[in-house]
Amino acid sequence: MDFLRPASWEEALAAKAEHPTAVPIAGGTDVMVEINFDHRRPGHLLDLTRVGDLYEWEAAEDSVRVGASVPYTRIMENLRAELPGLALASHTVASPQIRNRGGVGGNLGTASPAGDAHPALLAAGAEVEAESVRGSRRIPIDEFYTGVKRNALAPDELIRAVHVKKADGPQQYSKVGTRNAMVIAVCAFGLALHPRTRTVRTGIGSAAPTPIRAKAAEEFLNAALEEGGFWDNGKIITPSVAQRFAQLCSGACNPIDDVRGTASYRRHAVGVMARRTLTWTWESYRGARRLTEGAA
Amino acid sequence: MPTNGAPTKITQGSRTKGGIGESTLRPDGTLKVTGEFAYSSDMWHEDMLWGQILRSTVAHAEIVSIDTSEALATAGVYAVMTYDDLPTEVKNYGLEIQDTPVLAHGKVRHHGEPVAIVAADHPETARRAAAKIKVDYRELPVITDEASATAPDAILVHEGRDDHHSGHVPHPNIVHRQPIVRGDASRAAGRADVIVRGEYTFGMQDQAFLGPESGLAVPDEDGGVHLYVATQWLHSDLRQIAPVLGLPESKVRMTLSGVGGAFGGREDLSMQIHACLLALRTGKPVKIVYNRFESFFGHVHRHPAKLYYEHGATRDGRLTHVRCRIVLDGGAYASASPAVVGNASSLSIGPYVVEDVDIEAVALYTNNPPCGAMRGFGAVQACFAYEAQMDKLAAELDMDPVALRQLNAMEQGTIMPTGQPVDSPAPVAELLRRVKAMALPPERQWESSEGADVRQLPGGLSNTTHGEGVVRGIGYAVGIKNVGFSEGFDDYSTAKVRMEVVGGEPVATVHTAMAEVGQGGVTVHAQIARSELGVTQVTIHPADTQVGSAGSTSASRQTYVTGGAVKNSCELVREKVLEIGRRKYGSYHPAWATAELLLEGGKVVTDGGEVLTDLADLLEGESVEVEAEWRHRPTEPFDLRTGQGNGHVQYSFAAHRAVVEVDTELGLVKVIELACAQDVGKALNPLSVIGQIQGGTTQGLGVAVMEEIVVDPKTAKVRNPSFTDYLIPTILDTPTIPVDVLELADDHAPYGLRGIGEAPTLSSTPAVLAAIRNATGLALDRTPVRPEHLTGTA
Repeated sequence: MDFLRPASWEEALAAKAEHPTAVPIAGGTDVMVEINFDHRRPGHLLDLTRVGDLYEWEAAEDSVRVGASVPYTRIMENLRAELPGLALASHTVASPQIRNRGGVGGNLGTASPAGDAHPALLAAGAEVEAESVRGSRRIPIDEFYTGVKRNALAPDELIRAVHVKKADGPQQYSKVGTRNAMVIAVCAFGLALHPRTRTVRTGIGSAAPTPIRAKAAEEFLNAALEEGGFWDNGKIITPSVAQRFAQLCSGACNPIDDVRGTASYRRHAVGVMARRTLTWTWESYRGARRLTEGAA
Repeated sequence: MPTNGAPTKITQGSRTKGGIGESTLRPDGTLKVTGEFAYSSDMWHEDMLWGQILRSTVAHAEIVSIDTSEALATAGVYAVMTYDDLPTEVKNYGLEIQDTPVLAHGKVRHHGEPVAIVAADHPETARRAAAKIKVDYRELPVITDEASATAPDAILVHEGRDDHHSGHVPHPNIVHRQPIVRGDASRAAGRADVIVRGEYTFGMQDQAFLGPESGLAVPDEDGGVHLYVATQWLHSDLRQIAPVLGLPESKVRMTLSGVGGAFGGREDLSMQIHACLLALRTGKPVKIVYNRFESFFGHVHRHPAKLYYEHGATRDGRLTHVRCRIVLDGGAYASASPAVVGNASSLSIGPYVVEDVDIEAVALYTNNPPCGAMRGFGAVQACFAYEAQMDKLAAELDMDPVALRQLNAMEQGTIMPTGQPVDSPAPVAELLRRVKAMALPPERQWESSEGADVRQLPGGLSNTTHGEGVVRGIGYAVGIKNVGFSEGFDDYSTAKVRMEVVGGEPVATVHTAMAEVGQGGVTVHAQIARSELGVTQVTIHPADTQVGSAGSTSASRQTYVTGGAVKNSCELVREKVLEIGRRKYGSYHPAWATAELLLEGGKVVTDGGEVLTDLADLLEGESVEVEAEWRHRPTEPFDLRTGQGNGHVQYSFAAHRAVVEVDTELGLVKVIELACAQDVGKALNPLSVIGQIQGGTTQGLGVAVMEEIVVDPKTAKVRNPSFTDYLIPTILDTPTIPVDVLELADDHAPYGLRGIGEAPTLSSTPAVLAAIRNATGLALDRTPVRPEHLTGTA
C-alpha cells in the first residue's frame, strides 16, 4: 500500500487523477477501521491532512461552506447557530476523540447509509463541492447518494467542501442506537423547517440502501401547513397531521433486518422520531414567532 | 440483625500502616490510567517473529485438505504448522475434558476454530501468509440448540467420547447433566395456592476484556521455552501446554505479563500452545497478539441459556416448591461447562428457603462458539430466571416483591437444595431492606433550567426524547454465588513469603503465582503481609511458575484462598522470626518465653504493647523464608442422581435496586441508578471492594440492555465480532451505583472475609429487567432486552 502525501489541494487532485483508485484519508475514522479489519486494502492511500484549506469553514449569505475535513467538534462548537441540524448530528458521532478527527467529507466519501451527517444535510439542503483536475462542480445532496456506500463522485474527484444552507428556521436531529452514546445509528432522522419557502425537508439514515428524504411526507406536511394557515397563525399542529406525517416518514423507509435492529423497528422508530422532531421544531417556530410578534 | 459487625480472629496487625482494612492504592493504578502500564501485547524481543492463526470460516465441516505450500513459499515466513506437525501424541487440551484440538484435525466444530499457525518476521506477512493457506471444507449440518443436538439422527459433535461425564449423560451431545432432587416437588405442588411458570432466554455475553489475548514465547537454551502471557492461572496453563510440546513441566517456564482484564475469558488457553510450538519450531521468540475481531473467536463466552421454571406458593407467600430445567449451550468444546452446570443447578433456586425441589441443569455440545467461564459462572443465568419468577409470583399474589423475597429469604442455617447447610451469615432479607431503604433519585431528574438534559434521558446524546414517552420503573433482585472451586476440587493456593533486612529496614517479599487480572490481589497481599509481619515495606514478586500454584483468579477466590495462603505463610514466617528472637534475646527478657508476641510497626512487641526488639536488629544477618500450600475446607462432589452433597465452600450475597427510565415508544432504556448492598464478610481493601461491586454491577447491566454475541441460527457463525456491534456500557450508560457494604464475618474464612467479585454481577441484570417490566408492563422473558422487544417490532 503506497501512501501519497500531497502538500496542496492541486497536488491532491493531480495524485487522484494519476491514481483514481487511491482512497482519500483525512481523519481516518472510517478508512482505518476498514483497513484494520482487512475489509479493504487499497493500492494507494491519499493523505489529505496537509491540505489546510480542507479544515476551514466560511459563511456566505445563504449558506456555509464547510471544508471536507472540518472536524465534527468544530461544527458543534462553531456552527450551532447557522447549521443547528448538522451540529446536533455531529454531537451524536462516536466519541470525543473521533469527533476531533472525523469530518463531513469522510461521511460523504464513505456514503454509508448509517453516516450521521447525511439526514441533517438532506434536511437542511446542501451541495457537495467536488473537484478534479478537470474542474469543479457542485452536486446537490439529493443526487449525491447513488447506492449502498456509493456516491456520485467520478473516480478522479475529491470532495473539497459541502455547502449547507443556513438555517432559516428550527432544525432537529434524532438518532436511535442501542447505547446512550458512541453508537452506530440503528436509524436516524433529520428535520428542517424552512419558513422562508414555507417548506419542510427531511432526512432519514440507516433505513434504506442510501440516506433518503421522505418526499411524500414532506409534500403532505407542506400542503397541510399551507392549507391550515399554520405558518401564519402559528397554531399547534393537529395530532392527526403529525401522525400522518410520521406514518409517511415510516413509509418512506426501505430497511433491512440486521444485527443492529429489525426492519420493523426501524420503520417504527423513524415514525416516532418524525413526530417528535416535528413537535420540537414546530414548538420552537411558534416560540420564535411569538417573540417576534411581541417585539413588533 | 447485627450491622457492620467486627470481623473475628484478628490477632495481629491492626496497628501497622497499610495493613488490611485500609484502602491502600493499587501499585499499577496510575500506570494504567496514564497509559504507561505494559500489557502482554506490549512485549518485544530482539529478533522475534510474529505468530498468526488461521481460523475456520465455517462452523461445522470436514476438512478435506489443507494446502500450505503457497504460505510456506512466502518471503519472511519461518514456519507453517498444521495438526500433522504437532510434535507428540498429545494433540488436545482442555480445562476438565481434553476435547479441544490444538489445531483442527479432520473436522472443525465451530466458526473461528484454529486450523493452522504461521510465524513470520512481520505481523502483516504472517497474516497474508495465513490467508494463502487453502483449506477445503465439506460443510456439515450445524447443531445449534437442544432440539438439533438431541434429535435422533443428530451428528455427534464429538464421536467416541470417553470422558468421565460420558457415562452418565443422556445423550453424547450433552456435556454434563446434574439433577438435584430434594423433598417431593410434586406433592408440595399440591399445597400451592398459586403456581407461576416461565420460559426464559439468556443471550451470549462476552467478557469483553480490553487487552486482547497476547503473549511471547522465548525458546530456552536447554530445549525448553519461556512463555510470558496474560492468563488467569499459570499452573493450569502449564499442565495443558507441556504435554503438547513434549516437554516436562520444568522446561516450560511461565511468567505472568500485564493482563488487561479477564472475567473468566482467560481460564482457557488461547495463543499459549501456538506461540510455544512456533518458538520451538523456529528457534526464535514468537509473539502473538489477537486483534479485537480475533479476540471474539479467541476465548469462550458466557453460556447462553434456556431456563424453564415453575414456582409455587401458598396464599401467604411461602414458597412450596420449585421445579426448573436449565439448558446451557456449551458450544463446540467442553471448557468449564461441567462446573458451570454444577453451579447453575446447585444455585438454581436462589437465596430462598425451598424444601421441595426438582432441578436439572445440562450443558450441550453444539456448533456454536465454545462457552465457559465468565464472572458469575452459571449462577448469573439462573438468577435472571428465578428473580423474574419471584416478581411474577409477587404479582400473582398481589404482594410487594421485596416483602415476598424477604419472607422466603434464606439465613444462616438454611439447608440448600443440595442438602448443604449454610453455615455462615446469609443476610438476604437485610440486604434487600438496605437497598430498598436508600433514597430514590428525584423524579424527572433530566429537567434542568435550560430544558431537558438529554444525557439524563434514554437515548442520551442521540436526542431521541425530551421526556416524551418516558416512564420510570423500579426493580429489585438478590442473588447467591458460591466462592471458590466446588464439588470436591482440591482448591489450594501456595505462597512463598520471605523476610529479611534490606538497607536497614525489615522487608517482606510475597511470591505467588496468582494472576493479577485487575482484581487487586497484589494490593491485598501486601496489606496482609504488613498486618501479619508488622512491616511497611512489602515487595510483591512477579507471578511465575517458580513457585507453586495459586489456583485460578476466578470464582471470587483469590483474596480468600491465595490471600489465605499469604496469611498462613506469613504466620509461619512470624513463628520463625520469633524463634530467632527467642534464641537471640530470650535470656534478656522473660516476655520472650511467657507473653504472646506480635510483630508490629517493625518491632517485636508483647500483647501488652511492650517493645522487645526491632525487627531490623533481630533479622540482621538472617533471612526467613517459607513456601506453603493452604487449603480451605474440603468440599464434596454432588451426587450424580440426587445432587446431594456439601459441594460449596462459601456463599456470597448481593442485592440490587434498579431505577430506570424507559422511552416506551422507542424502546430505549436509561438506567438511572443501580443501588447495591452486599455482605463482604470483611473488607480487606474497602476501595477495591467498592470497585469490584460497581464493576460487577455494570457488567450485569451490560447483559441486561445491550451485550450479546449474535450467532446466526442457520450457519452458527458469529455476526457481530467487534466493538462496533458488540456494545458494552459507556460511562453515559453507567448509572450512579451507591453501595452499602455489610461486614458479617464468616468464621471459616481468613479474617472472616467473603469472596466478592461475582455476586454483584448476578442480581444487577434481573433488577434492571424487573425495573423495565415495571415501567412497561411487558413480560420480557429474555436478556438482553432490545428496543424491538419493547416496541413489539421484533
